[in-house]
Amino acid sequence: MINLLAQLGSRVWMPDNASNYGSEVDGLFYFIYWLCVLMFMMILGWMILFVVRYRKREGYQANKPAPHHSTALELTWSIIPTIVVMGIFYFGFKGFLDMATPPSQAYEIQVIAKKWSWQFVYPNGHVDNNLHVPVDTPIRLVMQSDDVIHSLFIPAFRIKKDAVPGRFTKTWFTATQPGDFNLFCAEYCGQQHSVMKSTVTVHPAGEFEGWLTDAANFLKKMSPAEAGAKIYNLRGCAQCHTSDGQASTGPTFKDLFGREEAMTDGSKLLADEDYIKESILEPGAHIVAGYQNVMPTYKGQLKDSEITALILYFKSISKHFDGTIPTEPLEKDDQAASEQENQSSETTTEGQQ
Amino acid sequence: MTSIPTPHANKLPESQHNSSDNYLNHSKGFMSWAFTVDHKRIGIMYGISICAFLLLGGIFALILRTMLALPIANIDNHANYDPAYLKHWMDIYNHMFTLHGAVMVFLFIIPGIPAVLGNFVLPLMLGAKDVAFPKLNLASFHIFVIGSLILAWVLLKGVLVAMFPGLSPYIGYGGLETGWTFYTPYSMDSNSAVVEATFGAFVLGFSSILTGVNFIASMHMLRPKGMNWFRMPLFLWALYGTAIIQLLATPVLAITLLLLIAERAFRVGIFDPNLDGDPILYQHFFWFYSHPAVYIMVLPAMGVISELVTAHSRKHIFGYSFIAYSSIAIALLGFFVWGHHMFTSGQSAMANAVFSLLTFSVSIPSAIKVFNWLSTMYRGEIHLRTPMLYVLSFILLFAIGGLTGLFLGALATDIHLHDTYFIVAHFHYVMMGSVLIAFLGGMYHWWPKMTGKMYSEKVGKIACAMVFVGFNLTFFIQFIAGSQGMPRRYASYVDDYMIYHHISTGGAFVLGTGLFLVLFNWIHSLLKGAPAPANPWGANTLEWQCSSPPPHDNFADTPVAGDPYDMTEWQYDESIKGYVKAND
Repeated sequence: MINLLAQLGSRVWMPDNASNYGSEVDGLFYFIYWLCVLMFMMILGWMILFVVRYRKREGYQANKPAPHHSTALELTWSIIPTIVVMGIFYFGFKGFLDMATPPSQAYEIQVIAKKWSWQFVYPNGHVDNNLHVPVDTPIRLVMQSDDVIHSLFIPAFRIKKDAVPGRFTKTWFTATQPGDFNLFCAEYCGQQHSVMKSTVTVHPAGEFEGWLTDAANFLKKMSPAEAGAKIYNLRGCAQCHTSDGQASTGPTFKDLFGREEAMTDGSKLLADEDYIKESILEPGAHIVAGYQNVMPTYKGQLKDSEITALILYFKSISKHFDGTIPTEPLEKDDQAASEQENQSSETTTEGQQ
Repeated sequence: MTSIPTPHANKLPESQHNSSDNYLNHSKGFMSWAFTVDHKRIGIMYGISICAFLLLGGIFALILRTMLALPIANIDNHANYDPAYLKHWMDIYNHMFTLHGAVMVFLFIIPGIPAVLGNFVLPLMLGAKDVAFPKLNLASFHIFVIGSLILAWVLLKGVLVAMFPGLSPYIGYGGLETGWTFYTPYSMDSNSAVVEATFGAFVLGFSSILTGVNFIASMHMLRPKGMNWFRMPLFLWALYGTAIIQLLATPVLAITLLLLIAERAFRVGIFDPNLDGDPILYQHFFWFYSHPAVYIMVLPAMGVISELVTAHSRKHIFGYSFIAYSSIAIALLGFFVWGHHMFTSGQSAMANAVFSLLTFSVSIPSAIKVFNWLSTMYRGEIHLRTPMLYVLSFILLFAIGGLTGLFLGALATDIHLHDTYFIVAHFHYVMMGSVLIAFLGGMYHWWPKMTGKMYSEKVGKIACAMVFVGFNLTFFIQFIAGSQGMPRRYASYVDDYMIYHHISTGGAFVLGTGLFLVLFNWIHSLLKGAPAPANPWGANTLEWQCSSPPPHDNFADTPVAGDPYDMTEWQYDESIKGYVKAND
């Protein structure tokens, strides 16, 4: 019966469910829903009946005096609703306790929320803007925020949890349907709150591990400029720096490489490899005139090869650079990668001298 | 034509029949209004300012609903727009929804019924000449004006800075885009006039506190002979409950807003995690006031409905003491449910369970009231006049608002529905569907007393129907959008939700038109309305026993109160189109 009612309602209410919470949450939802329909119809029915029967009209005289007190009635309509709502409380609480207690062997993903993007950090160190999970596996999200309060909301999974700066919050779920689902920010966080959106991809059984390995190795697969563009989008650069010449919170990256920039202290600096690297690792060292010192450091968050890829990407979108950009991936295998690392650290040392 | 017919059979002292002198024409000139201590004039001035703010907040609402119906609000279309323009557009939306909320909450719903209807009616219902402290009453109005001017400055600055960006270095940020809740740490860094706006809300809080003090003192000190506590009209019980909350909760808001100002101006480190503060603490402080504030809004509305349903059903209210006690129960229980705004914030599971349980307990007194109002209609003589239509609208909309609260009080379902349009719909049913509807119903009900003029029933009924239909079109669809996962405070949305937004926007314009029709009816009544009798509805509460409009000092002799809902002695007199006491 409950299932039938749920099916009747499901054309209108609640999105298709894709997680372990669906049956419990939706069951409670539809129980309350039909209770509300019943109560509302009862109130509406009484109202219509009374208005029709007792409205002032030709030839109608109220039968006075009518009762205006009944302790029995008052107790009835106090006690019955009390019992009903206590029942709703119990089922609501029970469902919530399940949400609050993840199983011990859950797969853990770190979530970092910042204006206005999500970063999901996997156990192998891979960072992604979209959440990828295997189907039928308990997933535990450990969440933090870099700036203001955000809230991770996946309607199809029926979960929502705030990401609060200065503390960790946790939630968990088991996805039951492969596919792509919307992930929203549900706590107002400023200008681009409504586009702080990403996708949850639930991989069919056995496909998640392959995806993760591939995704983590993009430096070995893509040309450096492509990899740099990916990092630019993935790691939050794009939130403040455009690639099309528009001014934003920070200077645009278009034609940045090789451009001479006026600094807030009046000096002029040429945006070369060293300057870019310094700006990524110590953003406060030299601020371009007209901008605020608001960028967080990426020290320890980006590998040298990733910074190199970013620099090559900047070169690729600058009219001031007319050299050639290598198309071979920066990391071929482990050996090639370490050579690359050495090279780039040599460049740094030279720059510092 | 303007003379008011004398209720000839009504043996009131002759002075009250003197239609040439009433509170409206007792003295003339701007100063006689701006510095009056007459509770009726203060009520009227509150009424005009609050209706102006309702109009302002309504304009913001129509702007934001229009923005949401435009193609740019659909994320799929974002690629067609210049990114800078898109960001600018989102900023405007964020200002609009914040200003809509702040203006409606602080300048319309919270002061609304107590300040307008309460001020006008309370002393009359007590058979008194004024409130207990008339000068304090004037002071609270002046504080309200100052507070609203500060908020008006925030708006003006927003407009100025938007039009002349060069002004910004001199006058600071304008407008407000934090949401009316000012959540930290977002409000620490927002480029809008957070300090001025919170200071305005802080000042308005004092107006609210002083009105509460005044009402409590009036009900204790000024009740006339024969009016013990259980012969007090239920509107007054509701105002008493409201005043308790105003007194106990508003200071917490004041402290919170001061701390927020200190945090933003001096970086003291209470709420900002970058300064070792705790942003969740802010939410606790804020909702410790702002949830009880929901009952500051809705309790007076319930009181209005209690008066209206009995007067227009021509029957004694059903379950007087249960309605009276439920007002006080709501006022007290309302203090212990604030944590239900924070179920997803990361507060402990134990806290969530306790707040959920307490939240359900507060639903019972509200249910009791609904059943009692319905039972009042049973075997009554229901006059389907405009105020009664608002009563019926109120009961239906409040039932929907209250019942949908069950989804939100239950933890498992709230996690999904929290911060979606389901919440937006729920609180609009309670705030607007109930409070605004009760305010309009109350205004119609006491309109003849306030102005001495009758309004057009026909226009009143059409407008009420438009408001009811427009309201449901606007907000019922939002329950569906919310359950489907549409988050609130979104300047744009994914394609799936477009249809809901389009329907909702259409409804908003029907609703807006209905409200303009209400305004038209009132203005028409002022200019062309038929003179009102002293007691057009045959109610037995004391305000109907002085002439319409009341004389300057209300009653020449303090009336003796009986059962406020025993209407049997009032008989309709066709010659004056009003009720007169039959046994006189």
